[in-house]
This record gives sequence, structure tokens and C-alpha cells, in this order.
Amino acid sequence: MKPAPFTYHAPDSVAAALALKAQLGDEAKFLAGGQSLIPAMNFRVAQPAALVDLNRLAELDFVRVEAGELRLGALTRQRQLERHPLVKRHARLMWEAVPHIAHPQIRNRGTLGGSLAHADPAAELPVIVTALNGRLRALSARGERWLDAAQFFLGLFTTALEPDELLAEVALPPLPPDSGTAFVEVARRHGDYALLGVAAVVTVLPAGPQVRLVYLNAGEGPVVARQAAEAAQGRALTPPVIDEIAAVAAEHDLQPIGSLHASPEYQRHLARVLTRRALVTALERAVEAP
Amino acid sequence: MMHSVTVTINGRTYTRSVEPRLLLSDFLRHDLDLTGTHVGCEQGVCGACTILLDGQPVRACLMFAVQADGHTLTTVEGLGTPDKLHPLQQAFWEKHGLQCGYCTPGILMTLVAFLQETPDPSEAEIRAALSGNLCRCTGYQNIVAAARSAAQTMRPAAGGE
Repeated sequence: MKPAPFTYHAPDSVAAALALKAQLGDEAKFLAGGQSLIPAMNFRVAQPAALVDLNRLAELDFVRVEAGELRLGALTRQRQLERHPLVKRHARLMWEAVPHIAHPQIRNRGTLGGSLAHADPAAELPVIVTALNGRLRALSARGERWLDAAQFFLGLFTTALEPDELLAEVALPPLPPDSGTAFVEVARRHGDYALLGVAAVVTVLPAGPQVRLVYLNAGEGPVVARQAAEAAQGRALTPPVIDEIAAVAAEHDLQPIGSLHASPEYQRHLARVLTRRALVTALERAVEAP
Repeated sequence: MMHSVTVTINGRTYTRSVEPRLLLSDFLRHDLDLTGTHVGCEQGVCGACTILLDGQPVRACLMFAVQADGHTLTTVEGLGTPDKLHPLQQAFWEKHGLQCGYCTPGILMTLVAFLQETPDPSEAEIRAALSGNLCRCTGYQNIVAAARSAAQTMRPAAGGE
């Protein structure tokens, strides 16, 4: 047996799951797709006293559009995000990023909510939900609240969820007209955690384009490049301006910590290259936008 | 506390009592003696333990046996028999798609699902489909060749040769 012993609960309603978590507290973990939690348990890095398995909660597995917003249940499998026509139509950025998550066998189990609640700074989905100004619905036996992505991700593997709260749903608002998006990353092999990645959103306005850049593996969570966005304000995105924006992001907005495979300097180099590529593509798509 | 699990594997239904921490991969091998499913890294990277859960390939090492309750699984034992190999197994035989064979059950289960969804794959699509399975012997060339060959024989009559 690899994992340490735990008690197992498989509630068949959200209400029952919330009651269990309220009763068991922080020693219990919700089990969604398990593609990060179970490896951590196999190594005994994680030793929760109890698991509350969410996999019977079909009510958390949905993709729909409500009042123009894309609504995604937390238990939606990543494979479903990759294939669902509504995701492609309403959140092309997410549709473009999901195939970079591990491998099909992992995406068949891995869930949207699990990835967001795990809050790995190298993960794609937290970056995408941040770039699209998503809102996250947290449920507990006490009630519900909605959090903006900016409030939700607090740092390394840390979110604003209270011990009794369950991430139930994500809402992605539509982008303004004349917007384009792009996601690019560099990994050593397809499916590995990326050395660096960026999501770009460009909106073409009469006063000039607006740029939003969010990075993965460049800090303690999704890193929003505020200084780069300021540097872009009101300027035509010509190649020299794009170079300048990429340099500001790489030098001033990112805090890459480096790893065995990529020094912080190399990560900054990647940030410059990938930011240029992402901005050029996002701008093209913004101009093409219907 | 022990939990009861009832699961249908390769058309046969099994009921066992398990500890919650028992991995599905260990359950298959140790409790059911279905040792065709191999165990490599136990962190979801190598793909040796890939099986089909309700028709979709997943890592058996990243699920607990108790979670398989009520589901339908296919393991490599469900593909063919030594006398009558599955067309994919036949293609691996003919194209030398294996050497030591450790990774092979996981690769077969990955490809059998892939070829059902993608009956006429390009080489790039085959390589992408194989990205989640490590083989340290073959250099993948013959695995890709086997997948291409199997795609031809498995395709519905219209496309078969």
C-alpha cells in the first residue's frame, strides 16, 4: 500500500459533501480527478485523514451558457473542456490551453475545479481563468459566495477557499468585441509542466489596444503583468512596441524562481519570446474577430 | 474500514472488499490476479498502468479501487488471446513494436481507444497519442509503425485493405 490510511466518503449530493467537509474539517480533502492529489498521496507527501470523493456529484459536471457567460461545473473533466463546442466558441483561450495539460489519459480524469483548487503555479487553468477575469463559486454548509480569480489565487498551492468550502462552478464572462486571445508555452516534452507559458488577451479599442498578459510558472501563482499592460496603453502594437511590452513583462512583472531545467534568466528569455508570439497571434485574432 | 466494490472487467463481474487506500492498479494485479496491467512510476507519468474506464483510457495508479465501484473496465487481458490476437496486438507482433514488453499493455490500451476515435490517423497524431506512454527500448519507431498498420486492418470495411 502506497498511500497512508484514510477514511473514504462518497456522498451522492453536494449538500451531503458540504456537511461532511464541515464536520471533518481541514484534515479531510475533497477528491476530484485525483491526478495531482493521488500522486502526492502515493509519495505520502499528502496524508489526508479523510477523502470526500466528489465523483458521484453529476450536478457539478456541466458546460452551459447563461446570460452570455460560459458556466462550467467544477467536476467537468479537462477532456470535456477540450472537446466541448461551447468552450471553443465562448472561451477559445481555454480550448487552446487545455491540450497542453499532461496527456489524454490524465485529462480524462483531471477536472477544472481540481486544477483550480490545487493552485499549482505551473498549471494552465488558473492562468486561463485569471486571464479571462473568471469568477468562482464557493459553496459551504453556511451558504455560497462568488470570488474573482484575482481574489481566489493567493500563492503557492493556496487559494481563498475556507476549509469547509467547495469550489462548485466557474463563470467566464464574454470578452469585449474586437478581442483576440492566444496561449503559448514551452515544455521540455509535450505534456510536461511548462518551463514558462503565457495567456494573452488583446482588445482593439478606438483609443488603442488593451493588453492583458498572465503567466504560468513565473511566480507563486498566475502572474498578471501589470507594468506591461501599462506600457501598452494606447499604443499601436507595432513590432517594436510588442518587443518593448515583452521586455517590460520579462524584466519587471515576472518573478521566476528557476528550476533544474531552466534558470530564472532563461525563463525571462522565454517570457520575451513567448510574449511576442502570443501578442502577435492575439492581435491578429482581435482584428479578425467578427 | 473496508468497502465493497463491484466492478465489471473484460465482461466479468467481480465483487471484493477493499481498504480505501488500495490503488486500482494494485487491486487489478494483487486482488484479481489480472497482472497484464503493469505498474511503473505510480505518479501518472509512465503510462504502463493505462486501462479503459468506461471506454476511456486512464491511469489505474491514479484511482483508488473503491472509486471503480459500478464502473466497467477493460484491461489488456480483454483485448485478445494468445491464439487469437487483437488486430492491434497482431500489428505489434508483426512490426516488432515491443522489446522488453513492460510498457506494452499500457500502450495497447492507449492506442485501442485512440484508433476507435481516430480510425485514419496521421503519424503526428499517433505520436501525440503516445506522448503519455514511455518506452525505453524501441525508440518508438516500430510502435508508430504498428499503430499505422493496425489502423489499416481495424478500419471499417470501406477503408480496410
